[in-house]
Amino acid sequence: MELIKIATAGSVDDGKSTLIGRLLYETGSLKTDQIQHIEEKSTARGFGYLDLSLATDGLLTEREQGITIDVSHIFFSTPKRRFIIADSPGHVEYTRNMVTGTSNAQASIILIDARKGVIEQTKRHFFITQLLGIKQIIFAVNKMDLVDYNEAIFNEIKSALLILTEKHGKEGVNYYFTPVSALHNENIIDASEKLHWHKGAPLLSLIESLPIETNKAHDGAFQIQYVIRPKREELHDYRGFAGNVRSGSFTVGDPINIHPTGRKSIIKRIEKYGNPVDKITAGENGTILLVDEIDASRGDSILNQQANINKGKSLSATFCWMQDSPLAVGNKYWLQQGVQRSLVKVKSLRSKIDLQALEHQQTNQLELNDIGKGALALAQPIISKSYADNPALGAFILIDPQTFNTAGVGFIEKA
Amino acid sequence: MSILKQLEEESIYIIREVAGQFNNPCLLFSGGKDSITLLHLAQKAFAPASIPFPLVHIDTGHNFPETIALRDKLVAEHDLRLIIGSVQDDINAGNVIEEKGKHASRNSLQTTTLLNTIESYKFDACMGGARRDEEKARAKERVFSVRDDFGQWNEKLQRPELFDMLNGMIQNGENVRVFPISNWTELDVWDYIRQEKLEIPTIYYAHEREVFLRDNQWMPVSKYVQVEDNDKRQVTSVRFRTVGDMSCTAAVLSEATALDDIIEEIGGSKFSERGARMDDRRSEAAMEERKKVGYF
Ligand SMILES: Nc1nc2c(ncn2[C@@H]2O[C@H](COP(=O)(O)OP(=O)(O)O)[C@@H](O)[C@H]2O)c(=O)[nH]1
Repeated sequence: MELIKIATAGSVDDGKSTLIGRLLYETGSLKTDQIQHIEEKSTARGFGYLDLSLATDGLLTEREQGITIDVSHIFFSTPKRRFIIADSPGHVEYTRNMVTGTSNAQASIILIDARKGVIEQTKRHFFITQLLGIKQIIFAVNKMDLVDYNEAIFNEIKSALLILTEKHGKEGVNYYFTPVSALHNENIIDASEKLHWHKGAPLLSLIESLPIETNKAHDGAFQIQYVIRPKREELHDYRGFAGNVRSGSFTVGDPINIHPTGRKSIIKRIEKYGNPVDKITAGENGTILLVDEIDASRGDSILNQQANINKGKSLSATFCWMQDSPLAVGNKYWLQQGVQRSLVKVKSLRSKIDLQALEHQQTNQLELNDIGKGALALAQPIISKSYADNPALGAFILIDPQTFNTAGVGFIEKA
Repeated sequence: MSILKQLEEESIYIIREVAGQFNNPCLLFSGGKDSITLLHLAQKAFAPASIPFPLVHIDTGHNFPETIALRDKLVAEHDLRLIIGSVQDDINAGNVIEEKGKHASRNSLQTTTLLNTIESYKFDACMGGARRDEEKARAKERVFSVRDDFGQWNEKLQRPELFDMLNGMIQNGENVRVFPISNWTELDVWDYIRQEKLEIPTIYYAHEREVFLRDNQWMPVSKYVQVEDNDKRQVTSVRFRTVGDMSCTAAVLSEATALDDIIEEIGGSKFSERGARMDDRRSEAAMEERKKVGYF
């Protein structure tokens, strides 16, 4: 069985919680005590139906406000697939949460209220999926019951979406357009009589069959997380570099070099959890042992000698800012790419994106929830690639040196 | 990659980040199936070396003896360092006051002992076996969850977690709770226990035990539970789904004496795991309130 992570986005009241609750309910993922809770609450509120949006209600404060305010991870599965839904809320001020939720997703569901059609928020949500390079995008037009399941209304919304995707969509993205009623369970699990004019599969079948992309970049890059040195007599000379293959693969006998020292060596042995293996590939952990006693420590990288990877001390990126104190030229931060870190200084800021018009404008700082472009100078060289070529080496976070909060995220541009 | 493999890879990556980023981490070990899974993952992460941090057990003094027996066996077999924080000691010292009455439990008292233990050993990261599927409030929990000087969870301190990049930089006095098996479900843990042939406390398997029905839950008769005269005691075949404090952990009727049977039962079980913990039922927001004051 496979696992797919899907991010959801929509404006407040578009029916996102109801849709997720519906998926949980219909796939039998809610337990008796949870359903009981929903029944009791629905009755207490005087509803004549099950308010499935209650299935995903989370934090106290949010219950008081009656809105969703953070990224939550919701699990369900069908015989075909395991799903993790990263639910990101729809308010204007929460771009940060949506970027976060979407960063781990392979697909995205963007909800639209059939009565409202494409609004500013829809554009913003779509723009973020493109920034993050999401390749599978479902536009779910909800509340079709409130427009009498009218085909013409759906087609109008679809045309507006096509204009958006043509203008701002990246290459190689698959789009799916689906009319649904989350509340009345139309075209969610089964094909809908009322939406008989719709040719595509119901939402659940659709997400069960979405293709799952993997990182295709073949540059062999392994980041060292921890150096294993057993304190035992018989393993006195053991020095294992434990870490994670960011991209490409490593095989016993491969010639490598270490970043940043540039020292060359050959892989003597690869282990997974104490046992020898021949090869490790992108996304996997491993422990690499080299033929000679080379020094390397946490944050350093083991690179395939043929790998074509940047090791510079400057880079250009698109940033999404996530804290109250703004990003400005001259500010210093800790940059973390994978497990490597370097102090950086903001060299320049070129522009900021107006998320309403989706246009670039000049700026000298980025505030909370702003997205913009600029350049950084690094204290130490890090290994990197552009986000488009190799997402595992192309994204980084910036850490505030005073509070140590995660202040923002960056996507490296092509040099 | 199979889902179990994928989850194992993700968890081991997280555990190695903890060892790499923190000076003085520990692994919170309750002796239950989740912490046994976590311990096993940690052992894999640093093989062939032994794990570079101690286990910390917050002992309510109301444990199932089977849990303690297995804990001590694992510690001896794998040459682990075990630190015990004792709730009884905190009660004796007057740091906390024992709850009274028939719903009394020591779960909420654990918080004080946990925070005291963290403070006296100066742990900067504590790994725990909580999962996001356990309870709604947990669905929003981060993998690295920062706690303030008072051990409290504060929404403002929670950092966005992007991709697989974990930011463990903290201020003096702060510490981080880490949840390496966040993305596992209860069933994944069972499947993994079967796959890796892990030993778990025998109370997880069906056995004959004296129980009585309270609020629709089968409570074990023990010296920690106040049984009233009109409570009907009976001996029947039960098993436990969690190994918490004996005074507030309910059993489920079961004939599942083997892992395969348990997995089959859970696959079709109609109650979520936490439904079997009395103290979460006290109030809808119980878990969240406890989290705020530092209980996980
Ligand atoms: N008529 C109708 N109402 C819906 C539908 N989906 C959701 N709603 C209602 O819209 C309101 C907001 O839904 P909710 O799921 O809480 O929205 P969220 O803010 O996007 O999570 C609730 O009153 C729902 O019952 C739908 O398909 N049709």
